[in-house]
Amino acid sequence: MTFLDFIWLIPFLPALGAFIQLLWGRKLSNNAVSWISVGLPGLSFLWAVGCFFQFLKLPEHVHTFTKVLYSWLPAGAYRLGDGSIGYLNIFVGFQLDPLSAVMMLVVTGVGFIIHFYSIGYMAHEGGYYRFFGYMNLFLFSMLILVLADNYLMMFVGWEGVGLCSYLLIGFYFHRKSACDAGNKAFVVNRIGDAGFLLGMMLMAVTFGSLNFTTVTEIARSGRFPVGSGMITAICILLFIGATGKSAQIPLYTWLPDAMEGPTPVSALIHAATMVTAGVYMVARSNALYVLSPTALALVAGIGAATAFWAASIGMVQNDIKRVLAYSTISQLGYMFLACGVGAFGAGIFHLMTHAFFKALLFLGAGSVIHALSGEQDMRRMGALKDKIPTTYWTILVATLAIAGIPPLAGFVSKDEILWRSFTGPHGHTVFWVIGWITAGMTAFYMFRLLFMTFFGTSRVAHEVEHHIHESPETMLVPLRVLALLSIIGGFVGWPALLLGSNRLEKFLEPVFENPLAAQAREYSHGTEFGLMALSVAVAAVGIYVAYYFYQKRPELPERVAVAAGPGYQIVLNKYYVDELYDALIVNRAKDLGNGCAAFDLGVVDGGVNGVGWSTRMSAELSRLWDLWVIDGLVNVGAFLVKLLSYPVRVIQTGLVQTYAWLITLGVLIFMAYYLIHF
Amino acid sequence: MIPTEYYIFLGSGLFTIGVIGVLTRRNVLVILMSIELILNAVNINLVGFSQYFRAVDGQVFAIFVITDAAAEAAIGLGLFIALFRNKETVNADEIDLLKW
Repeated sequence: MTFLDFIWLIPFLPALGAFIQLLWGRKLSNNAVSWISVGLPGLSFLWAVGCFFQFLKLPEHVHTFTKVLYSWLPAGAYRLGDGSIGYLNIFVGFQLDPLSAVMMLVVTGVGFIIHFYSIGYMAHEGGYYRFFGYMNLFLFSMLILVLADNYLMMFVGWEGVGLCSYLLIGFYFHRKSACDAGNKAFVVNRIGDAGFLLGMMLMAVTFGSLNFTTVTEIARSGRFPVGSGMITAICILLFIGATGKSAQIPLYTWLPDAMEGPTPVSALIHAATMVTAGVYMVARSNALYVLSPTALALVAGIGAATAFWAASIGMVQNDIKRVLAYSTISQLGYMFLACGVGAFGAGIFHLMTHAFFKALLFLGAGSVIHALSGEQDMRRMGALKDKIPTTYWTILVATLAIAGIPPLAGFVSKDEILWRSFTGPHGHTVFWVIGWITAGMTAFYMFRLLFMTFFGTSRVAHEVEHHIHESPETMLVPLRVLALLSIIGGFVGWPALLLGSNRLEKFLEPVFENPLAAQAREYSHGTEFGLMALSVAVAAVGIYVAYYFYQKRPELPERVAVAAGPGYQIVLNKYYVDELYDALIVNRAKDLGNGCAAFDLGVVDGGVNGVGWSTRMSAELSRLWDLWVIDGLVNVGAFLVKLLSYPVRVIQTGLVQTYAWLITLGVLIFMAYYLIHF
Repeated sequence: MIPTEYYIFLGSGLFTIGVIGVLTRRNVLVILMSIELILNAVNINLVGFSQYFRAVDGQVFAIFVITDAAAEAAIGLGLFIALFRNKETVNADEIDLLKW
């Protein structure tokens, strides 16, 4: 038995967990729920590792392993855009290639760690089985997404993760804000999904196939020239889908609100895995994107803009999870920037390292929140360093990693992106400058979070202060594991310049074969060193500014905020984008809905009511006819009978004596008759 | 020997009294008593003609009629008690259940 032949077990083991929890979880004890719903993802991770090693052992020239289970949608023949006949037949199949292998390991690995952490974090929450049921369902959908061998099956997983995201954001459904956030995430994601769907349809009529391998082959065959309008349209539509799922401008507003969900959910879905689905999808479609410089420029531009925009908002937020949410958006921007400049490998590399340290940050934040009995506002934290030491040092590791301090994971991947945005085939100095400034801002807001939470004087409320306690071991072990991964995760892609071999990029090369890569501008090692030093320097500056503001002169931020006046308010309120969307789109949609409701009430219901009224009126007429004419005739008959019976009724008194009188009278009459005649 | 006419006059007189009693009295007990009168008028007739024809059949028949009258009185009183229980009256003009 080989692992690869049963690759479908990887998604279906968590699916089994979800199935059990959602059907019978209510009857199971918390212990049983934990064993099933953490054990099955763990098994799935082990299976993924087995698959990975078997995949590595495949012959040198084989880069893709496909396991087709059955034909799902044999759509038959239809005419393609260019007039030829296409036969669309969509299979349920699983594809393992370097890209999906990396994603599979990240999803099952980080997913399993976060499931394990949830045992401790969710121990005292209601709906324990429901939580784990949704989490397992999420893992199933995400694995379908990354292991699918065609766009439609990927879309199934794509929608599945969206559903689980909605369910888990609204996990505390008795809180209105949580329900609203869930709805918002779902609706905003649907806008993106519409783009994905349209892109997929366009792909079906352009290529006659939705299979990754086929589409990639056609795209690389040269049938479509670089800059082809159809390819550009497909790429942009797919990217709209990616902006929804991966929280990029303009569809990023749902992610900060998604923090209403339990913290492990934020870590798994809204930081490590689901939000990276957009990056994965763009990377998966790299063969199409390299044919469309316009789409690539759009991706890079949106990515860079989002990175900067979100980082600027993250610098002033006070809710610990919201800072991390904006940080996630910003880091996703980096990944898209990498994809946009043609460095898909760097984007996936950053996706992986980001999954490690961002999951760690969220889980650490969860540990802090757990210690402070639910407090999320950093203004009411401080001086927690010695009270929850393990949480502190793991968060410190993650913060150093995301800030880009060598040799931690974040440094390697981020520097790769910056370097490629400078030198890549579609790179531009502007992208590098934006990325570079954002790197400084990242260091600033992360260390601001660190200083506000763990250093300085304690601003914790008194009643909370007595309860501060380090989290249980089930929560600390995942933190330690992720901290280790955040430290060593970068070495799989260690750049050649620093005596590494960038193994991850070489591993991913077959997926991202790019005929244009050769045109990459050549730069000297000196430039590369210089840029690297600059990015470390800007991180150091960010850290120092955070240190100066929040450690050395804690009164300073207040004064700067006052001095900045309305500017500060605008950033604090997230540039009023939510309000803008409300005014421009949400309320207009509501107006449309209200208009439709009024139309329904007035015209449609009016019509129905009119029909009802006329029926009632004709029934009334019929009733009157019955009452007056039909009943009248019957009554006339009865009246006549009554009239005729009147004389008879007079003698029928019911009294025996009357009858006796009549009998006597009759007898007398007979007697008189006989007397007279005889 | 008493002439037969006397029997007939007495019988018809009793009969007439009985019939008038049945037709005019309100109390059903009195009506029952009047019926007894009518029956006795018949008996007198039977006895009178028995003597006239020198046959004993009429007298035997009269004894049967007396027996019959006793049974009739018993049933009649039973009916009246049942009636009284339901209608709480023994007045014939208040018993008009035969009406339409």
